[in-house]
Amino acid sequence: MATESVTNPQPPGLRGLVSDWASDKDAFKQVSWGKAMMWIFLLSDTFIFSCFLTGYMTVRISTTADWPNPSEVFALTIAGQSIPLILIAIMTFVLISSSGTMAMAVNFGYRRRRLPAALLMLTTALLGATFVGMQAFEWTKLIEEGVRPWGNPMGAAQFGAAFFMITGFHGLHVSVGVIYLSIVAFKVLRGDYERRGNYQIIEITGLYWHFVDLVWVFIFAFFYLW
Amino acid sequence: MTYAEQAENEALHEPKSFLTRYIWSQDHKVIAIQYSLTAIFVGLIALVLSGLMRLQLGFPGSLEFMDPAAYYQAMTMHGMIMVIYLLTALFLGGFGNYLIPLMVGARDMVFPYVNMLSYWFYLLSVLVLIASFFAPGGPTGAGWTLYPPQAITQGTPGTDWGIVLMLVSLALFIVAATMGGLNYVTTILQARTHGMTLLRMPLSVWGIFMATVLALLAFPALFVSAVMMLFDRLLGTSFFMPAIISMGQPLEHQGGSPILFQHLFWFFGHPEVYIVALPAFGLVSDLISTHARKNIFGYRMMVWAIIAIGVLSFVVWAHHMYVSGMNPYFGFFFAFTTLVIAVPTALKVYNWVLTLWHGDIHLTVPMLFALAFILTFLVGGLTGLFLGNVIVDVPLSDTYFVVAHFHMVMGVAPILVVFGAIYHWFPKISGRMLNDRLGRWHFWITFLGTYAIYFPMHYLGFLGMPRRYYAYENYEFIPQSAHDLNAFITVAALLVGTAQLLFLFNLAWSTFKGKPAGANPWHANSLEWQTPETPPRHGNWGRKLPVVHRWPYDYSVPGLAQDYLPQTISDQQMAQLKSGQPPASEQPAAERPTGPGDQR
Repeated sequence: MATESVTNPQPPGLRGLVSDWASDKDAFKQVSWGKAMMWIFLLSDTFIFSCFLTGYMTVRISTTADWPNPSEVFALTIAGQSIPLILIAIMTFVLISSSGTMAMAVNFGYRRRRLPAALLMLTTALLGATFVGMQAFEWTKLIEEGVRPWGNPMGAAQFGAAFFMITGFHGLHVSVGVIYLSIVAFKVLRGDYERRGNYQIIEITGLYWHFVDLVWVFIFAFFYLW
Repeated sequence: MTYAEQAENEALHEPKSFLTRYIWSQDHKVIAIQYSLTAIFVGLIALVLSGLMRLQLGFPGSLEFMDPAAYYQAMTMHGMIMVIYLLTALFLGGFGNYLIPLMVGARDMVFPYVNMLSYWFYLLSVLVLIASFFAPGGPTGAGWTLYPPQAITQGTPGTDWGIVLMLVSLALFIVAATMGGLNYVTTILQARTHGMTLLRMPLSVWGIFMATVLALLAFPALFVSAVMMLFDRLLGTSFFMPAIISMGQPLEHQGGSPILFQHLFWFFGHPEVYIVALPAFGLVSDLISTHARKNIFGYRMMVWAIIAIGVLSFVVWAHHMYVSGMNPYFGFFFAFTTLVIAVPTALKVYNWVLTLWHGDIHLTVPMLFALAFILTFLVGGLTGLFLGNVIVDVPLSDTYFVVAHFHMVMGVAPILVVFGAIYHWFPKISGRMLNDRLGRWHFWITFLGTYAIYFPMHYLGFLGMPRRYYAYENYEFIPQSAHDLNAFITVAALLVGTAQLLFLFNLAWSTFKGKPAGANPWHANSLEWQTPETPPRHGNWGRKLPVVHRWPYDYSVPGLAQDYLPQTISDQQMAQLKSGQPPASEQPAAERPTGPGDQR
């Protein structure tokens, strides 16, 4: 039957598109249930982050007080020099690198090389944990400087509110991802997926992880660079 | 590696004890019943609240405890419970859970464990909501839209605990709806049986599918606004709070945007209308086709209309905000999109009527409710055209005209479908028919009663009677006749509310004592009526998944003695039927559909 549907040509144009999508059993061929579900979840999560960012932009426009200059607020003094956004730059670098190790883990997973796949996943988790650690450092520094959700000495109160809410919600996602990665890496090492030889779970985990990275790019652009 | 055979390969967990079978169940049918009973239970609370409100409006001062604060609390909880905890949960968690796997020929949802968690999160959200009735200060009285700044400033009832519990409960509900929704969408897209193409699915599944997609994309906006308002309330942030002088004292807030909340809320709130309406559209299409013994008119158009309504529902939200003070130019755009969405909606109404046209209409109880739905939805939809226009909306805004409109279109109309659908599918769920005589009494009292309640409200709205007021005495512009009308509405509302006891009694009695229904009492075509057992057992289909050969609307096919042709009947079996032989009751195991080419 499967071969028949391959040899059976679809009608051209929109009709073909519709009948292809609507065809027997599954709309997305060669996509497992878990993977489809993760994609749909990420679509939903995209709307959550979009609403958070839209809300932040709206209050940034609506507030009457001056918005603090992110270049100054997020600067670190290293060797007597004030370097703007240096910590954020490192954090971003770490997180983007973790997407690279994640992609490598997926590759090794499909080749059924369990050890490198699991080690690369653990590396990814470690980089993620580093990111969260640096974020905790950043929060501590700002809190020591008097930034609170309800006010701060630099300007508009919404600055602290939006900062803690958005980076907090994203940090929560990264932390969940670290736990998720660790569990899957452990199960890969233990050989749980050998029975079926199917390592797509690594790709599904990876989808979540790449999504979290992508969201960070938007937060970085809209919150730190604007 | 092929994933198309997942449905066969996936091992089905077998429940072993009473607890795992009926309480911590992962079976979609049990979860559906859990969802439905919980939803009906909170719905009853909301019904009682509306009765209390009506008593205050029709006979002011008749209830001693009904002070303005209690009135606002009752109003808020009535709205919130009815829209979210009853209708959304019942359509998606109840009907969605029960019907999707059965109608697309799956053994269960794709991730039964997540599905189970969905119910328990829903129950938790309901418990938190109910807890707010017993919290110090009572539940929130901010109105179901929870507009800031009044929702969290002193003076509104329930600002201490009520609003916090409300927002937490909403967040939990969204988690539950997301876990359920991911399951429904994935099951429909990826776990259909042999031969079940998307364009052979019953419209019920299409309606629930699109509504679930809307839920997954619209609830995030509510989630975000709930989080931000929680922070405003608990941490003292100012997302939604501008600088305010309250009781002569400036509040500790400044610079926030109350209108941002309205945008976020209605970006959720308008799709929410269709989250409730689309499943109703779908279910009622199946009821009409089955009980009129006629194929649904314009099936593909119906599907495209559902999709078009779903897409358009995301660009109409600000028609709830014409008087909010947003840029008036927005009104042009949103009035335009609002009127555009009437086109696919009207198309659906025409198609229902054309399905009835020359049909063999059986006036069964489900059919009565379905016909009542068409009428009610038409009335509610037409008043929607009034309110969608900025110029007409501005004077009618916040009057009883609006109350009448949305109760007709998204209160009464979907509830009529809920009743019709329960009368229709109860035989499959329990194996017994609901009592017909009680059903007819229930129908006529509910149908005529709701018109007695809401028709006069249109008139009150034109008189300018504002909604959400606790009392209407001593206003020059409200004549005595309006007060008399209010008393009349209250009597009708109490009658209709009491009549629901008939329905509850019918449910309870028929579950144990009803007439045995058999596998397919309505002679319906869709897959859920072709299960080997009634009610279907865990796993639904016995050893083999069913094979689908046609769409679900082959009623009154010419040349056949029987006026229905189940989806599992192949063309070969149909030929046997035509030549007068009885069809083989057992599915031939080797039988396979010929591929996507054989549409219908």
